[in-house]
Amino acid sequence: MKDHALTLTVNGAAHRITVPARRSLADALREDCGLTGTHLGCEHGVCGACTVLVDGAPIRACLMLAVQAEGAEIRTVEGLASGGTLNPLQQAFTDHHALQCGFCTPGFLMLATAMLEENPAMEEAEMVDRLSANLCRCTGYTNILRAVQAVAAARR
Amino acid sequence: MKAPAFEYHDPTTLAEAIALLCRLENARPLAGGQSLMPMLNMRFVQPDHVVDLNRIAELSGIRVLPDGALEIGAMTRQRDIERDARVAQACPLMVEALAQVGHRQTRNRGTIGGSLCHMDPAAELPLVCAAVDAVVRIAGPGGEREIPFAEFPLGYMTPAVGPDELLVGLHVPAAPKGQGHAFLEFARRHGDFAIVAVAVLLDPGPDGRVARASVALGGVGPAPLRLAEAEALLRGTAVEDDAIARALATTASLDPMEDALVPGWYRRHLAGVLLGRALGIARERMA
Repeated sequence: MKDHALTLTVNGAAHRITVPARRSLADALREDCGLTGTHLGCEHGVCGACTVLVDGAPIRACLMLAVQAEGAEIRTVEGLASGGTLNPLQQAFTDHHALQCGFCTPGFLMLATAMLEENPAMEEAEMVDRLSANLCRCTGYTNILRAVQAVAAARR
Repeated sequence: MKAPAFEYHDPTTLAEAIALLCRLENARPLAGGQSLMPMLNMRFVQPDHVVDLNRIAELSGIRVLPDGALEIGAMTRQRDIERDARVAQACPLMVEALAQVGHRQTRNRGTIGGSLCHMDPAAELPLVCAAVDAVVRIAGPGGEREIPFAEFPLGYMTPAVGPDELLVGLHVPAAPKGQGHAFLEFARRHGDFAIVAVAVLLDPGPDGRVARASVALGGVGPAPLRLAEAEALLRGTAVEDDAIARALATTASLDPMEDALVPGWYRRHLAGVLLGRALGIARERMA
């Protein structure tokens, strides 16, 4: 089986990598680009932990091959903070205790990033519907919702 | 939980993709990947070749025909269909169903053709196609053929698409004026596969009574099931409560599939409950 040489554009930076065709985008980000902020939970599209943005849209990175992502703008959790300063969404997660163990947090942050960019005036019911796509086993959903609502309110 | 090794091909034209499928042994077409990727990761399928359809531009897009019907390319993303105003106009049932297909992230990648070919017995999009009498277009080495959706499922998770063929698109007739529609499902978790799903269409005639009814159930048989008897009972009625009751009585003879989690009697019970609610909603929407 032949390997594929390709360039992934992640958070604006080009990563030249060589991967087998079967390598998922999530694994390529972690193992080939060294960006371990994207977490892998279920590896079959149920938990949402590996959510990243591809051309602005949230997708499950375990359900996309790295070879399919060439030419796309990929954004991961590493792109949110600037230097040592958390971005407003990350700060809100801290302020509202929207994480305990933190395993699901990168996925939720990217999911919420796309929500806020699309429509900061989103109704609560739609927010709940969107956030239900990802799993948090520390049962922090209420606080995750509060954190996203706080940022949405500040942006309106 | 990692996909098995395979050779990857990314053709840019339909002709090239068909040629690859004809030439390669044990090849699988890859559409949006929202079902095939989990199946690869769990090693339920182990293809030697994956033919990625994502770079074939001619397979995606939505076109409105002069009579208002829709032509939807097989590789059109579910999310693009969900937010297309022309689809909301011509087939509101599809938009209502799409909101319950997986989650936003999966709809951003998932395609309509992928869902139809995967053909999970409880999937929403095959159910919509069965309810609206869609016509599917299939391309192979000998050219294209069209078949009514009723002939598309050959059995459990088996579409009428040969190993060297591809589903390329579907034709969705425009909803007639005044049509009432409803799509309901019950799942244990939001975004999960339905245990039972129901799609209903009620077309009013000039007298305001039902001229044509379409009643389809998902999650009951190996493929979407049209309830011809219930449809006949609804025809000519004003969908009065007793007409709904007579239609619901036909679900008593259903013999739904059983599995380790859901007994057949429960699916039959859900079919009746959901169909009753859906007929009530469609009746309100019929004008």
